[in-house]
Amino acid sequence: MPTMNVIQAVNDALKIEMRRDPDVVVLGEDVGKFGGVLRATQGLQDEFGADRVMDTPLAEGGIVGAAVGMALYGLRPVPEIQFADFIFPAFDQIVNEVAKYRYRSGGQYSCPLVIRTPYGGGIKGGHYHSQSPEAHFVHTAGLKVVVPSNPYDAKGLLISAIRDPDPVIFFEPKRIYRQYKEEVPDDGEALPLDVCFVLRDGTDITLVTWGAQVKESLEAAEQLAKEGISAEVIDLATLTPLDFDTIAESVQKTGRCVIVHEAPRTAGFGAEIAARIAEECIYDLLAPVVRVTGWDIHTPLYRLENKQLPSAARVVAAAKRTLAAG
Amino acid sequence: MRREHEVGPVSRRHPANGKDHEVRWGREFPLRTVLREDGTADPEAVAIPDAELLALYRWMVLNRALDERMVTLQRQGRIGFYIGSIGEEATVFGTAAAMEERDWIFPCYREHGAALFRGMPLVTFMCDLLGNAGDAMKGRQMPCHEAWRPGRYASISSPIATEIPHAVGAAWAARLKGDDMVALTYFGEGATSANDFHTGLNFAAVRKIPVVFVCRNNGWAISVPRERQTASETIAQKAVAYGMRGERVDGNDLLAVFDATRRARARAAAGEGPTLVECVTYRVEGHSTSDDPRAYRPAELVAPWKKKDPILRIRRHLAVRGLVDDAADARLRDEVREQLQQALREAEAFPPKPPVESLFEDVYSEPLWQQREQLAELEAAIASDPRVANPRHTDA
Repeated sequence: MPTMNVIQAVNDALKIEMRRDPDVVVLGEDVGKFGGVLRATQGLQDEFGADRVMDTPLAEGGIVGAAVGMALYGLRPVPEIQFADFIFPAFDQIVNEVAKYRYRSGGQYSCPLVIRTPYGGGIKGGHYHSQSPEAHFVHTAGLKVVVPSNPYDAKGLLISAIRDPDPVIFFEPKRIYRQYKEEVPDDGEALPLDVCFVLRDGTDITLVTWGAQVKESLEAAEQLAKEGISAEVIDLATLTPLDFDTIAESVQKTGRCVIVHEAPRTAGFGAEIAARIAEECIYDLLAPVVRVTGWDIHTPLYRLENKQLPSAARVVAAAKRTLAAG
Repeated sequence: MRREHEVGPVSRRHPANGKDHEVRWGREFPLRTVLREDGTADPEAVAIPDAELLALYRWMVLNRALDERMVTLQRQGRIGFYIGSIGEEATVFGTAAAMEERDWIFPCYREHGAALFRGMPLVTFMCDLLGNAGDAMKGRQMPCHEAWRPGRYASISSPIATEIPHAVGAAWAARLKGDDMVALTYFGEGATSANDFHTGLNFAAVRKIPVVFVCRNNGWAISVPRERQTASETIAQKAVAYGMRGERVDGNDLLAVFDATRRARARAAAGEGPTLVECVTYRVEGHSTSDDPRAYRPAELVAPWKKKDPILRIRRHLAVRGLVDDAADARLRDEVREQLQQALREAEAFPPKPPVESLFEDVYSEPLWQQREQLAELEAAIASDPRVANPRHTDA
């Protein structure tokens, strides 16, 4: 198996799907000749031509709006939004058109497309290159929302997303785009879009997380292990549809849960998970569920950025507080 | 003296001599009319064969009668809402008829005539208004937000102008697939202020995407007059800045609308790029059944437009061509009335509601566990107290 980092895995998944299906097309700002400002589409135009790898004018609403028309007509468009922070001009198209098209037409039409977008902090980009807006989209029925955390999953989940009959918002953790390489299958293996992954077994506490925070949480689990605390780490990978059964099973075993995400705390997706745990597992809980998240502020520029982002240290502290509580 | 909100010529510095000169857009984009006062037609225009023209006349009469009947139905409380297209029939049918059957239509919400023209059964359309079990949209959409896939008639959303980039994407996709398909999209003049108008026209022009952009300039966006929507003297001139062709036609002139659209389609199909066709018409009624235009519009503004009624004008032309006389016209109107009555009877015979479980269908290709769980929750609530299914009923 070849070894790849996250951005190479994304690029490879796009190539595999474009070779497999001539209806798969890529469009967005700078995705063509330049190969994307973060290089996710590098080499695609050389291999598949400018007709299938399309540079568009600078308008996110137009990129998604045009992709809707393409999807209705039978293509499988994979529009790129250059940074998740710039997805909001397309918010109306995503929430009112992409998400509702099948429903409002009584199932006459469908709108299968994958909106790829790099998200999250840690690249010293300030508040317009650092946001984690996944909760907006998880809150919108009709969309699937995927956030891979490693090269292997990035590739397998993107392949599945492109083949999926429903629209998918695919958030890529740009902070770890080039952080490390790992072995990634080259046979076009698709990963299921309705399961989360237990990355580390544990018995004392469950850490639930996704995206770039998976690595922080695994580090935290390592540190906790040194202190004799056994933490189970769950990577959601797909936020919609959420595999809550795996979370419930873990929380029923450990009785404790810390949820880790980068987005601001209030009404973040962690709130939904905590509510669901309260509904289904409250009698299994030994301590209150705790969230380790970005603060309810905007992402500052680099000198204070690491104070905004969750860290392994904050996760460890939260886990210890939880254990102390019961 | 010009009134403050009146739209007029713009002063420009001439690039060659440096002097100010007036750009008269109305002169650059003259209103093209084919039907003359006396009922004859400009022979330069694309001709419509007799049978096709008669069929279009019938469609216009039917659409008018439908709108009048449905407004009455709304006043009677039998449907919740309606958006009519009275006075705009030539714009709707002239454009729809000028396209090929394989072409896609991306409508706004005032072109249900085009859906019917594309084969949506009248009964199905009425079931949409009623939101009953016969509704192709399963009771989910507001009235006049119909979709009809067999006729390549896309789904309608209430947000304005969002369908414009869809038309561009579909036509772009068709070109990639090598299909001879030109997309047509409708919007009002109010939509020209919205983001998606700009992005849609810009994307299409940059790539020479085969689209016909039809602006139904009916003068009013609910209560806001056209002069408050844009300072441009015409809508058609907006095409210039996008680098595409603009046309301005008399939207109450079926032949002029057909002619402009047919030519625009031919250019698009030949790879010459999109056209913005401004159809100048008038919304002689309210925006919908939810507003009374007397609250914001003096009646004297409407009167001259009633004289320009598109149905009267094409009727005069048909008489000149010897295709319809008074007796034939009366017969046609009787037939249409009977057709509507029959369709309404059939539509109202469907069960009044789609099944409860349909609420949770089509959110995704298959319901997720959330939808399944919530359906079970709703069904249990209904089982324990049937009033849940209809909260207006106070006694079970």
